Amino acid sequence: MRLAPPLFPYRRPAALDRPGPEAAPLVIVGAGPVGLTLALDLARRGIASVLLDEEDTVSVGSRAICWSKRTLEIYGRLGLGQRFLDKGITWQRGRVFHGEREAYAFDLLPEQGHEYPAFVSLQQYHAEAWLVEACTATGLVDLRWRQRVAAMETLPDGVRLRVATPDGEYQMQAAWLLACDGAHSTLRAGLGLPFLGQIFHDRFLIADVRMRAAFPTERWFWFDPPFHPGQSVLLHKQPDDIWRIDFQLGWDADPEAEKDPARVRARVARMLGPDVPFELDWISVYTFRCRRLERFRHGRVFFLGDAAHQVSPFGARGGNGGVQDADNLGWKLAAVLDGRAPESLLDSYDAERLPAADENILNSSRSTDFITPKNAAARAYRDAILALSATQPLARPLVNSGRLSRPAILTDSPLATGGVPAAPAPDAPVLRDGQPDWLLRHIGAAGDGFTLLAFAGPGVPPAAAPPGLARVVVSQEETPGALFDHAGLAAARFAAGPGEAVLLRPDQHIAARFAAPELAAIAAAHAKALGHAP
Amino acid sequence: MTLAREPRLPDPDGWYAQLMAAHRDLDEAASRQLDAALVVLLANHIGDAAVLAEALALARAAVSPAGAAGPAAAPAR
Repeated sequence: MRLAPPLFPYRRPAALDRPGPEAAPLVIVGAGPVGLTLALDLARRGIASVLLDEEDTVSVGSRAICWSKRTLEIYGRLGLGQRFLDKGITWQRGRVFHGEREAYAFDLLPEQGHEYPAFVSLQQYHAEAWLVEACTATGLVDLRWRQRVAAMETLPDGVRLRVATPDGEYQMQAAWLLACDGAHSTLRAGLGLPFLGQIFHDRFLIADVRMRAAFPTERWFWFDPPFHPGQSVLLHKQPDDIWRIDFQLGWDADPEAEKDPARVRARVARMLGPDVPFELDWISVYTFRCRRLERFRHGRVFFLGDAAHQVSPFGARGGNGGVQDADNLGWKLAAVLDGRAPESLLDSYDAERLPAADENILNSSRSTDFITPKNAAARAYRDAILALSATQPLARPLVNSGRLSRPAILTDSPLATGGVPAAPAPDAPVLRDGQPDWLLRHIGAAGDGFTLLAFAGPGVPPAAAPPGLARVVVSQEETPGALFDHAGLAAARFAAGPGEAVLLRPDQHIAARFAAPELAAIAAAHAKALGHAP
Repeated sequence: MTLAREPRLPDPDGWYAQLMAAHRDLDEAASRQLDAALVVLLANHIGDAAVLAEALALARAAVSPAGAAGPAAAPAR
């Protein structure tokens, strides 16, 4: 059996016994992965928050299981990366089967020299438990379990909340409200915001199965397998001998009947064969939509994760997209609350994350269209492509069993200088004082989180950073205090030679590049990335 | 590049006969799948997005002249 989930204690809030509303600078609603990541990111930047959650434990079932490389890098920055690597199941290969045959296999990260792999599989409840622990350890996150927002009223300079607890209600006045309360967001409903998009007429069964099995640690996707004809099946290995299986059921399936454990057991047995013993750990039947809010910022209220946008599960773009929302907004809120940036910096959250959400929705909708053909033509093309793919590599790029989450490039960021795409910085192996290290470990941690990455080589000194900007030197030579680019991968991946420099944001995205760095230009790019008008 | 619109097939009747022969004995679903496989192979051979979009629009207009400015005019998804 599974270990009992952690129970987080409800504490009677002091505000119940005090007159007037409690004032809170920053309130996060929803202690799922997104809300917890945001709270931890803010705390790492010295910003306190109140985090409300109506439950008092972690998620039920594995839910978001595929944590992408970019998400792992974010957790690396927040001090949890190694836990994901130690506990999670690392994978980067996928196999696609059609009928009884393997159609083809793919490798998501064929390149060496990254601290984090393409993906780690891990049950959402483990990640949530670690995030709660890490938030608590900061002393800056006021976690309030079994407290939910019963009513809200927006004000010009904040939001008035009525918070319901087991001991009654109290009022809170939040200067900033961060809605991380999931696909069924009550805050979104509270503001009456339309949440529009496409519904997909299909149903899927998720089963978390406990068994000892010899499948490799790869993502396996079957189209029309003999054990589940006419539908698709997806298999992922998770830690603790748990395997996640998604069965496509079709729109006509009865969701209640399909949850019957005996029925699920029969489906799983058909897949595994009669001799494999297993236990069912969690069962869920779901249908999904691809949709988003028109804007994620509404005055002093921000929507993140599933509360802001929903995607199909194919491609692992829901949880990873939400964590990147938190990564994007955390440093901006901190800069505004610290008085280092104008409030208008926060508008860039919409400018950057709306296109990112659209990219996720586009990719996950296309995957769903391929997996669930809507008409005879779509089915004929899909089956033709699958049949061809077994022998013709030219057809393989068309097989779409999920385009797995990639970080948003933020092509048109208003914070970038010179039209540079605000892509996440690539990682690279380096040596520091002779010891193996990783480049990204040094980005976003010091000072205000901005970093000038200054490249140096024999006879070419690194660019100087203007006052108040942290500098990390990457050198072709072993130099004290510098990161030694011994394999040349940092220079290659940044396409930067000695004497050049790259300005990186606190979320490790690129803000500007300098072929011939000058202090004034670097300072101007730094100011622009903080939302100051030129 | 633009779609070649002058006749280019060296043996039009021969090619047509080949196509019909390939479909012989196939049921409707298999026939559809054959055509789909053929489109995928030829599209890959052409490999030019503008030519493919032009061909798609032209084909769509041939099937439904009134719909020439309709769905097929939008970028393929």
